[in-house]
Amino acid sequence: MKDINQAIIPERDKDKTPAIECIGLGIDFGGLTAVDNFNFTLGRTEIAGLIGPNGAGKTTVFNLLTKVYQPTRGKMLLLGKDTKDLTIAQANRAGIARTFQNIRLFKDLSVMDNVLIGLHNEIRYSLAEAIIRLPSFWRAEKVARERALDLLSIFDMADMAEKQAGSLPYGAQRRLEIVRALATNPTLLLLDEPAAGMNPSETGELMENIRKIRDMFQISILLIEHDMNLVMGICEGIAVLNYGRIIAKGTPDEIKSDPNVIEAYLGKKGNANA
Amino acid sequence: MVKNKKGIPRLLAYAINALLFFVFLGILNSLIASGIFSSYYVKILMLIAINIILAVSLNLATGFLGQLPLGHAGFMAVGAYASAIFMKATPLPNFVAFPIGLILGGLVAAVFGFIIGIPALRLRGDYLAIITLGFGEIIRVVLLNIDSVLGFNFTYGASSLKNIPKTTTVTNAFICVSIVLIIIHTTIKSKHGRAVLSIRENEIAAESCGVNTTYYKTMAFVMSAFFAGMAGSLYAGYVGILNPSGFAFMKSIEILVMVVLGGMGSMIGSVISATALTVLPELLRSFSEYRMVAYSLLLIIVMIFKPSGLMGTYDFSLSRIIGKCGDKISSHLRKGKEGRR
Ligand SMILES: Nc1ncnc2c1ncn2[C@@H]1O[C@H](COP(=O)(O)OP(=O)(O)O)[C@@H](O)[C@H]1O
Ligand SMILES: [Mg+2]
Repeated sequence: MKDINQAIIPERDKDKTPAIECIGLGIDFGGLTAVDNFNFTLGRTEIAGLIGPNGAGKTTVFNLLTKVYQPTRGKMLLLGKDTKDLTIAQANRAGIARTFQNIRLFKDLSVMDNVLIGLHNEIRYSLAEAIIRLPSFWRAEKVARERALDLLSIFDMADMAEKQAGSLPYGAQRRLEIVRALATNPTLLLLDEPAAGMNPSETGELMENIRKIRDMFQISILLIEHDMNLVMGICEGIAVLNYGRIIAKGTPDEIKSDPNVIEAYLGKKGNANA
Repeated sequence: MVKNKKGIPRLLAYAINALLFFVFLGILNSLIASGIFSSYYVKILMLIAINIILAVSLNLATGFLGQLPLGHAGFMAVGAYASAIFMKATPLPNFVAFPIGLILGGLVAAVFGFIIGIPALRLRGDYLAIITLGFGEIIRVVLLNIDSVLGFNFTYGASSLKNIPKTTTVTNAFICVSIVLIIIHTTIKSKHGRAVLSIRENEIAAESCGVNTTYYKTMAFVMSAFFAGMAGSLYAGYVGILNPSGFAFMKSIEILVMVVLGGMGSMIGSVISATALTVLPELLRSFSEYRMVAYSLLLIIVMIFKPSGLMGTYDFSLSRIIGKCGDKISSHLRKGKEGRR
């Protein structure tokens, strides 16, 4: 196994602090160890995948990274800074944004409002300015709306801005979640099963867009995905999780031929057909 | 000039709104002055204004923030007593003392809102319902018994706080209504309001977007309490006599019924249902024993046939309506011209 302090793709941006470094991260739920000894480093502008069977602990890792859960053990550095005392919102402001496996949009609000809430911390005016509707309020709102439309147009969604978010088709809802996450201006974007429920052509488009986002925003992306074409197609590095532990780390080709991974996915030889 | 989406200039829309409001006040006042509206009607009008403020302010915490406070009457009581005690004690002339009493009532209620909101709102879940329920009852009991603890007359407990200057008028009550409506509306249509709505929609997602949820929950709840306190001040200056029994749990429920009936998250819904639920009981005076039964039935019927309330989350926008009319007229004119060609 590779050195834990190395990014999966060490050659790029190796002079910059990694986006995240997890050292011995672990969490227990009562007696259940959901994640254990999670050592993982993600370099800047790297696209990496986190894969593993259902219940392996992938979403739990995301919840640890975004401070939804507090780790039982270990620590995590975001851009070199310890995230120990951060709240979820502070972790976001420190540069981490995410989407959810079970879509969590602001369903009754418009697509535009969803993105504007993502832009919340970029919009700067006080409540008093808003109530008396000073010109600074209108200016900031106008800039924010234009920015929101720009972000939506990455996914060709600008014309849906006034639609209710909950009324969008499934694929569009997943894309909107990505736009909303991008609106928070992250350095690291976490995507939890972004292609779930998408058809093959949508998935293909999504792959292109994930790459495009990385290039445009120069951010690191960590994604959980079951679609192996997508994972193998865009991830530069992959970590495989099973029963809460990393069982393999490497490039897509290394992962494909790793006996541990094959065993985790297909079961032990002889059990494979059981 | 900056234009809104439907094409009428923003400042013009403001001017039209303001003009309509003053026309409305003018008509009310001339009806009162000419004696067409008896003092009985005047009383009902003031009560409507007070109930609108109570309903809209509660809607901020329920419909917009998504919490379930059950002690709104407690905030009203605190505001009413604070302003009444001040109004009785102050040597200032009424026109100076009135706005001070109004703001004082709001502020005292806001302080209580802050004190009980902070612990309850830091947690995810429905703790606020239980805490505010307790708060409302505690306030009532304290107002009832505090004098014997203090050893001097302060709230006059069950024997009622009397001779409060009757400073509330239809005009100042409806000016308060319009101010409250404007403040809540402009707040909701801002980044602060969107943050409040995002908490209602999905708290975890809101936090993941960097929204400081505790801050915005507290902000909305304290604002809600402030306006309830203000309504309490108006109420004190309207009845002139306060008794803690008027602020019991059922009063909180009455306000909640107004909100639910009008539609959670619809200000115009709250305005309509607060008006209707103030006027109806007056019309049905002879059946007043059955009022709570009628409320329950009404609520059950609405919940069955229109669970989102009468107006859902719809909100009324004058400029949108004017804009639409404008579009219709201009398309009409265009058609006319084309026809003539
Ligand atoms: N809040 C929680 N309380 C108790 N158990 C949990 C909680 N969150 C996750 N788990 C457990 O942790 C394990 C990993 O879940 P998860 O991270 O969702 O897996 P996946 O890899 O499919 O995303 C599962 O056994 C799940 O039941
Ligand atoms: Mg999962």
